[in-house]
Amino acid sequence: MEEKKVLNVTASPHVRANVDTQKIMACVIIALLPATVFGIFNFGIRALIIIVASVAAAVLSEYIYCKIVHRKNTTRDLSAVVTGLLLALNLPSSVPIWLPILGSAFAIIIVKELFGGLGQNFMNPALGARCFLLISFAGLMTDYSNYPGFNDKNAFSGATPLASLKAGRTVDTMRMILGNIPGTIGETSMIAIVIGAIFLILMGVISLRIPGTYILTFAIFTIIFGGHGFDMNFLVGELAGGGLMLGAFFMATDYVTSPITPTGQIIYGILLGVMTGIFRFFGSSAEGVSYAIIFSNLFVPLIEKATIPRAFGIRKPKKAKKEAA
Amino acid sequence: MSLRTFKGGVHPFEGKELSKSKPIKELLPKGELVFPVSQHIGAPARPLVAKGDTVLRGQKIAEAGGFVSSPIYSSVSGTVTGIEKRRTATGDMVDSIIIESDGNFMEAGFTECDDVTKLSKDEIIKKIQDAGVVGMGGAGFPTHVKLSPKEPDKIDYIIANCSECEPYLTSDYREMVEEPEKLIGGMKIVLQLFPNAKGVFAIENNKQDCIDKISEMIKDEDRLYVQPLLTKYPEGGERQLIHAVTGRDIYSKMLPADAGCIVDNVATLMAIYDAVKLGIPVMNRVFTVTGDAVCEPRNFRICIGTSYQELLDAAGGLIHDPKKMISGGPMMGFALYGLDVPTTKTTSALLCMTEDAASEYETTACINCGRCVEACPERLVPSRLADFAMHDETEEFEKWYGLECIECGSCSYVCPARRPLAQYVKTMKKQVLAAKKKAAAAAKAKK
Repeated sequence: MEEKKVLNVTASPHVRANVDTQKIMACVIIALLPATVFGIFNFGIRALIIIVASVAAAVLSEYIYCKIVHRKNTTRDLSAVVTGLLLALNLPSSVPIWLPILGSAFAIIIVKELFGGLGQNFMNPALGARCFLLISFAGLMTDYSNYPGFNDKNAFSGATPLASLKAGRTVDTMRMILGNIPGTIGETSMIAIVIGAIFLILMGVISLRIPGTYILTFAIFTIIFGGHGFDMNFLVGELAGGGLMLGAFFMATDYVTSPITPTGQIIYGILLGVMTGIFRFFGSSAEGVSYAIIFSNLFVPLIEKATIPRAFGIRKPKKAKKEAA
Repeated sequence: MSLRTFKGGVHPFEGKELSKSKPIKELLPKGELVFPVSQHIGAPARPLVAKGDTVLRGQKIAEAGGFVSSPIYSSVSGTVTGIEKRRTATGDMVDSIIIESDGNFMEAGFTECDDVTKLSKDEIIKKIQDAGVVGMGGAGFPTHVKLSPKEPDKIDYIIANCSECEPYLTSDYREMVEEPEKLIGGMKIVLQLFPNAKGVFAIENNKQDCIDKISEMIKDEDRLYVQPLLTKYPEGGERQLIHAVTGRDIYSKMLPADAGCIVDNVATLMAIYDAVKLGIPVMNRVFTVTGDAVCEPRNFRICIGTSYQELLDAAGGLIHDPKKMISGGPMMGFALYGLDVPTTKTTSALLCMTEDAASEYETTACINCGRCVEACPERLVPSRLADFAMHDETEEFEKWYGLECIECGSCSYVCPARRPLAQYVKTMKKQVLAAKKKAAAAAKAKK
């Protein structure tokens, strides 16, 4: 008798694209490498230690959490690596080593896993953790002194360029674009961040919809409400300074915490631009990107509800009524 | 002419190289043939024969069960051995007429029409109806119904769907290469019905040879032109095709005719030519046997009713163990339990794959990446629709336009979390539509 071979019977489609979550996360990690390498170059070996500690703590937190709740280990999807890396890039290099470890554990366990894990968190884990650290350890989190020549008053006036701008001074925009300035580990080099962003766009991982509208809205807001009009030094300084570039390309674009609808993404980008402007120009701090993003994260469900895309071939309700009449 | 297309869609591996250069080979079946009485959308056909009757090739064995229905013809001469339920390629059990071929292929005799241009519109539609022509791309909608819109004068485009966007399939392509004059002839017959219409051959640009050849053949025809399309799945979806060719958009509650269009695929137009010009009913079709498990992938002109097993044998059988066998293409085809199922008017391919990664992937969490939104040709949000389907949220499902899904599978194809999005949405859509039908019937009964 012929041996009966069992065939797979499943619903169509029977083929799949060669992209999975792990590959997407790997792309994001690769795209963050220029900023990471520049950060280590800029701030020295301390930056490397912080990055390693943060990433390791993030992965370990997820692993342990999965063990405790008897869930399948999900660290292979690399999303914890992305979270750990992003958090490290958002920290000053002078922080003590326990700070990134605490932050990563908070990001993974409190912000991500307690809400159901990957895909369920309503707030970007790395930024949620950063804001937690900012509130709890304000002094440590705003200490940018681990930078060669930081105390040279002529060059930096003892603060980040963004703080200098806020204080009404001019800044060296060329240095800000290149990145050899004080700041958090990964945010200083606009060029390194943009190289990574271009890679992500070319790989189809992110689109320009969110970062484009974000940066554009913030630029317009700066011109109107920044108090300096078309002062190019101020405008470029604001765009290149602080966490704007890193936030716009790598954190505002976080899939989980941004709207899925195309129109929603544009509204979200505008909201981010306006929020960042309000925090930066009307708030007490020179920075505003992190708060703008986690605040806007909260509006995502509302934005999505308001921007359900009309299906192909369905016209605007008003027009349809007219035709019927 | 410039390339046209639609927004969204995907680019799966084409796989057409396996069989696209293989000429169509006539295949005469042996033994038993099976003719399900439902090979079309609409009422099942009513058998005209009984057990023990002898039939000729081209003899009507079942008559249409209504206006939206279609007759069925025997593709062989032989003896009816029974009428019983048999499994079809889609997995359903359907009443079927079983005929044992006598191997002689004695024909019933067909009358060729000398001059089709002298036929009236009604005569043309009657010939198409009598010949059992249905949409042979897979939907199986009776063609005579499609060709009888309420306002024929408002039809300004007849679109020949020559895109064949499903991967691996090459039957339409081979027909276009080998008998383009029949395709053009079929188109001209349809144009006789619609005096204000232009005939468009919409061909994907992965078939440049067909674009060139048909363009050359129709260069002196005023009412005909070729529209090259970008190769992309699902370019041949009716709504996507109409958009690409005319820029007009329709949705689920509209017919192509509402946008002034009638769409027929290659095999259907060929069948129209056979029916009207040659007087031959639908008994044959072109069928691709392909996939990496098949010894010798190729295209056959088959007698409808031949079993899949016989077709596979004719292609040299299997060279490797298949993990999955599919009736149709990999995007919308049906996975088969076995090969003891008959070909019908609408089945176009048997695809045997040694790899079936799609069944083996583990589903992970949705990361809200929006790839399904970008891929959806209907501009839906498949990931949300799948969630609504999982939670049985009918209202939200409809609010997010779940009923507009054309079931093309592009969302599942691109999903990096490997979620079977299309499957969820299709299932929910079926449920919602069934509930609506039931409610409508109940409301009617009350009155």
